Amino acid sequence: MAVSTAPPTRPAGRPRPGAPARTRPADARRRAEGRAGYVFLTPWLLGLMAITAVPMLLSLYLSFTDFDVLSDWDQINWVGFANYERMFTQDPVFWKSVGVTLTFALIAVPLKLAAALGVAMLLNRERRGTGLFRALFYLPSLLGGSVALALVWRAIFSRDGSFNAFLDVFGITGQPWVNDPDWALETLMVLAIWQFGAPMVIFLAGLKQVPAELYEAAEVDGAGPVRRFWHITLPMLSPVIFFNLVLETINGFQGFTSAYVVSDGTGGPVGSTMLYTLHLYTQGFTEFKMGYASALAWVFLLAIGAITALFFSTGRFWVHYADGDGK
Amino acid sequence: MTTTTAPTTAAPARGRLSGVVRIVVLVAVLAVVLYPLLWVLGSSLKSPTELGRNISIWPTDVTWSNYTEGWNFSESLSFGRFFLNSTLIALATVVANGVSCLVTAYAFARLRFRGRGVWFAVMIGTLLLPGHVLVIPQYVLFEAFGWVDSPLPLIIPKLLATEAFFVFLMVQFMRGIPRDLDDAARIDGCTPYGVFRHVILPLSRPALVTTAIFSFIWTWNDFFTQLVYLPSPDSYTVPIGLRLFIDSGGQTSIGPMLAMSVLSLAPVFLFFLAFQRFLVQGINTTGLKG
Repeated sequence: MAVSTAPPTRPAGRPRPGAPARTRPADARRRAEGRAGYVFLTPWLLGLMAITAVPMLLSLYLSFTDFDVLSDWDQINWVGFANYERMFTQDPVFWKSVGVTLTFALIAVPLKLAAALGVAMLLNRERRGTGLFRALFYLPSLLGGSVALALVWRAIFSRDGSFNAFLDVFGITGQPWVNDPDWALETLMVLAIWQFGAPMVIFLAGLKQVPAELYEAAEVDGAGPVRRFWHITLPMLSPVIFFNLVLETINGFQGFTSAYVVSDGTGGPVGSTMLYTLHLYTQGFTEFKMGYASALAWVFLLAIGAITALFFSTGRFWVHYADGDGK
Repeated sequence: MTTTTAPTTAAPARGRLSGVVRIVVLVAVLAVVLYPLLWVLGSSLKSPTELGRNISIWPTDVTWSNYTEGWNFSESLSFGRFFLNSTLIALATVVANGVSCLVTAYAFARLRFRGRGVWFAVMIGTLLLPGHVLVIPQYVLFEAFGWVDSPLPLIIPKLLATEAFFVFLMVQFMRGIPRDLDDAARIDGCTPYGVFRHVILPLSRPALVTTAIFSFIWTWNDFFTQLVYLPSPDSYTVPIGLRLFIDSGGQTSIGPMLAMSVLSLAPVFLFFLAFQRFLVQGINTTGLKG
């Protein structure tokens, strides 16, 4: 009976009541959600193609050409690996800039992180004024990347700057720090370290996650402050240290503004502030050797990729995750 | 009970001493950190003769001439123009980043679609991509479009959610919004668009504010891209304008240079005063709660 009455009660085109009716709207909803996903993702996908992927490929192509913006597209010549060859064998500024950038990152980043961790530990306990201290220490991280602060640095560390006036108080004869090839890069490092506030805020949040019981237990066992630091704080904080180290190193390699401003865009004195990005900019936008600059950019990308990979592969040996395996 | 009170009764004497040391160290570090900022503020009010070699941050007699001289940089160039250009570009970036990153984050955080995992990984990958690698080919493209020497190369990419940092920040934020709210809205007949409009958008206000503040500050401070794309003086922004003081050189321009530096730092400082908590939270959302 049921079978014979079913067909007439189901008008064509309308969903049949029963089991399929419950899954079909769900299917439709899932399809609608999938479509909506791509609708919402459209701007980003367009950006990924037009602003990131296509330029990357274009840059790879240009790095094998002698392209400069002044000549027409049909005058571009394929030069094979000539740009890369020139970089490694005939461009002393390239090697100079690699040295300057590595020196800058290897000294400034660890010191900046040490300052950040040190101050974070002093601020860790909730007391009156902690919030104010934290805010004021963070302020340089917001201002420090600007042209204005680089100009201030130039003025403070010039021959007649206030840093020399400060040294005069102790009877030390200063020098024109920003104009001295031996010291210009160091003044830039000081500017970078001065901005320790951002990693400090991240360290502070990390320190709050370390369970107080660990310190209490260690204290009961007779561990002093130094041992507590080495055996509790550092291991418990290692994921945060790792995060800060990766981030600050990548940022450190990309410093540009301060070097440009302090050296008038020349990387001087005597190439001492010729950061890699400044060399890239000079080759591309003042010498218009855009093919060569593209090659510089790709070597830069590969170097940063390699360093990041190095961090992640060594991280296994010193980064401890509290909820991780065997811990 | 006795075992827990024992350490605390022994602590005060040592605790007070280390408390004093702690404050002394913090104040000393703070003095070093704040000195350059106080120095530029004070020195911008000094007369040229007073600007020479001294550490003082206080001007003995306050003069405003540095500000007027700096503002009217030359016959044809005024910092009024530079500030206007900077403000327009920064505001456009704030809006563009807010809209595009929110929409993108909603897709990643809330919608299920094929390929989501892969695209998300790609998005995280672009987070680590150094901007300098792309600047040459982007310049070539924008030059072909005829966009160089206009603000378009600075704004259009932001409309396409290229600031992965903010997408990530918003995804992290949206993951904290209870899914029950989406479900409730859906039962009430909301489509994914309705859920976005009525649930996610209103609740994402804090993340939008954080994005807006950081967008503004970063764009305001940005030098590299503005240097590349804004070659003619009429389109100069504040950082590019400040650079003119280096070229003009000489001791006489130091006062005006410092005065304009102070003005250029002022908006960022005001944002900092007003939204300090948002900024610190913003770092923590992206930095830790991964």
